[in-house]
Amino acid sequence: MKREKKVQLLQGNQACSIAAIDAGVRFYAGYPITPSTEIAEFMAEELPKVGGKFIQMEDEIAGMSAVLGAALTGTKVITATSGPGFSLKQEAIGFAAIAEIPCVIVDVQRMGPSTGGPTSVAQGDVMQARWGTHGDHPVFAFSPASVLESYELTIQAFNFSEKYRVPVVILLDEIVGHMRESVTLPDPDELTIVDRKRPTVSPADYAPYQPEQDGIPTMADFGTGYHWHVTGLVHGENGAATGNPEVIDRQLTRIFDKMEKYKDEVNLYKTQAADDAEYLLVSFGCTARSAAEAVAELRQMGIKAGLLQLQTIWPFPEKTISEYTTGKKCVIVPELNMGQVRGEIQKYIDKGIPLYGINKINGEPITPQEIINKVKEVAK
Amino acid sequence: MLKDIEKLMRVKRLPHIWCPGCGNGIVMKAMLEAINDKGLDPDKTVVVSGIGCSSRATGYMNFDTLHTMHGRALAFATGVKLAKPELNVFVVTGDGDGSAIGGNHFIHAARRNIDLNVIMFNNNIYGMTGGQYSPLTPQGRFATTAPYGNLERPFDICKLAQGSGATYVGRSTVFHTKLLTDVIKAAIDNKGFSFVEAVSICPISYGRRNKLGAAPQMMKWLKENTVNVKAAEKLGAEKTAGKIIIGELYHEAGTLEYTELYDRLITRVEEGGR
Amino acid sequence: MNKEKKIEVNTKGCKACGICYALCPQGVLDKDHMGKVVVKNPDACTQCRICEDHCPDYCIKIGG
Repeated sequence: MKREKKVQLLQGNQACSIAAIDAGVRFYAGYPITPSTEIAEFMAEELPKVGGKFIQMEDEIAGMSAVLGAALTGTKVITATSGPGFSLKQEAIGFAAIAEIPCVIVDVQRMGPSTGGPTSVAQGDVMQARWGTHGDHPVFAFSPASVLESYELTIQAFNFSEKYRVPVVILLDEIVGHMRESVTLPDPDELTIVDRKRPTVSPADYAPYQPEQDGIPTMADFGTGYHWHVTGLVHGENGAATGNPEVIDRQLTRIFDKMEKYKDEVNLYKTQAADDAEYLLVSFGCTARSAAEAVAELRQMGIKAGLLQLQTIWPFPEKTISEYTTGKKCVIVPELNMGQVRGEIQKYIDKGIPLYGINKINGEPITPQEIINKVKEVAK
Repeated sequence: MLKDIEKLMRVKRLPHIWCPGCGNGIVMKAMLEAINDKGLDPDKTVVVSGIGCSSRATGYMNFDTLHTMHGRALAFATGVKLAKPELNVFVVTGDGDGSAIGGNHFIHAARRNIDLNVIMFNNNIYGMTGGQYSPLTPQGRFATTAPYGNLERPFDICKLAQGSGATYVGRSTVFHTKLLTDVIKAAIDNKGFSFVEAVSICPISYGRRNKLGAAPQMMKWLKENTVNVKAAEKLGAEKTAGKIIIGELYHEAGTLEYTELYDRLITRVEEGGR
Repeated sequence: MNKEKKIEVNTKGCKACGICYALCPQGVLDKDHMGKVVVKNPDACTQCRICEDHCPDYCIKIGG
């Protein structure tokens, strides 16, 4: 699919949708919910043009379930939602984790629990993305801070999901999802696109959950004669449900360990004046934009501030955190929640370094000035 | 014949988990007989199930099989079928799985007339969890959660399917196995949403509590309390009150199927139209 | 021809539900002391397959 490189004015939700199609997505199932609906609308219009399918399901659970069914036929799939819908999708996300079905879920975060504030921004789903479904399971999550990042991280999300057979969450937020920026998207032909491993053995020799060297089993498309069984019950290498604790331990541990095993490979972040900074800001998503602006202004004032912008939220980049926070006078974490990322940082930061949060949950973004004020306050 | 359909079973995983006298094995056999008789390609056949006793059937069938979440089989199956319409997609569900927690998916899948063959194993109870009442438990029957008798009225699930837009609706029982195979075959022939209610028996979690006797007695009850739809038309409503009507209950020919409509849409869009 | 050979019964898999011998119209099948199926009167079998079709555990096969 050749595309002329040119400047386009795009919304974050649109860039995410274009990336999905560029990554090879040919199936979308979902349910309308603000502030993610533009993704569904885009897919409804664009997927048929490339021979893909869009379906508006009867509810959020059905949307998540239908994409998993489609994924098993060998199709790349995406669904999009916001907090309330993300909650409803959680059981099926757990199914994707245990059955190892590649899929990407976009959560355009909005304010508050329950209906909260549908058109207001928040970053309150960090923990839901990690622990929203029950039981110990793997999940990857990425949070874009710009329209271009929305495109780039969506491509990456598909590559990681296909490669590691893990459900991947894109934690957009209402600001990045809805704002428009001028961007030049890459030519899809120049992208590196990863597809899941298919079996090379005969159907008779196929054990659907027998991992290869990398810990990931191959995955047969439904309808190609492999006759395999997919279940949300704990299952052995042959795919059959099992009650054998040894087999369960082997399989569930392997699946859970994808977080630990691949955390360096999926670790994406950006920095701004971070190396010589005395005051380090750690932020992500829309709030990282204010943090970047604050760092630029603080440097002009002669205050040595820097920024570590996390793009990968899960698996949590603990090594990057300790690397960049070591030796700092203090670390400040601005985020539109009550400290969900700060709590993680607390686990990995040198206990001698003061750690502060800037938190807001009223649907308003954190401004650069608020961050500047906080840095000046702690710098006294 | 059993010897003809063993190739469609994962024989090594037998014996199955179902209780002595459970009707599920009989329904599964009728399903496989129908698939075999219609000559469906096993490589192009997918069976999707939810959660509950009946839904464990997917583990024993030799196709690509998908044992999903409680109530969600139809939503998963919609994804499978829409993404790859050349597959023959079956859905195995129970009365609790399909009409309670999965009730919303049931009416909407029927409304879309998507080409799924849905077999509901109706044993009138939640068997897997030990005998709680379902939306298909008759009024007055006992269950662990209806210790004084069930106050709720049951669905006529076939009427619900028809009212929701299903283009084929049939019902049989585990006593009437030939008819059961036949209605499943007719369901396969129908290109659209096809629904078959297979009235089953649960001697352990339903029969015992309701003093319906053991499996042979429950079979006898099914024999004596069913009326074929053709006979029922002649007998009239009064004489068939309280009886289970079996046979082909509804068939609407000529209605366009959903995935076919979608393929036409793609062609239209590719040609630049709207 | 030996008709008994034409009724293949898997006693190991039988769960003793009693459906087969209750439904057999010819009295071919019976139960053992455990309630499991046994072939009592093979010559009477007309190969109607009612037992095969109604065995929930796939333990009876009729015909070679």
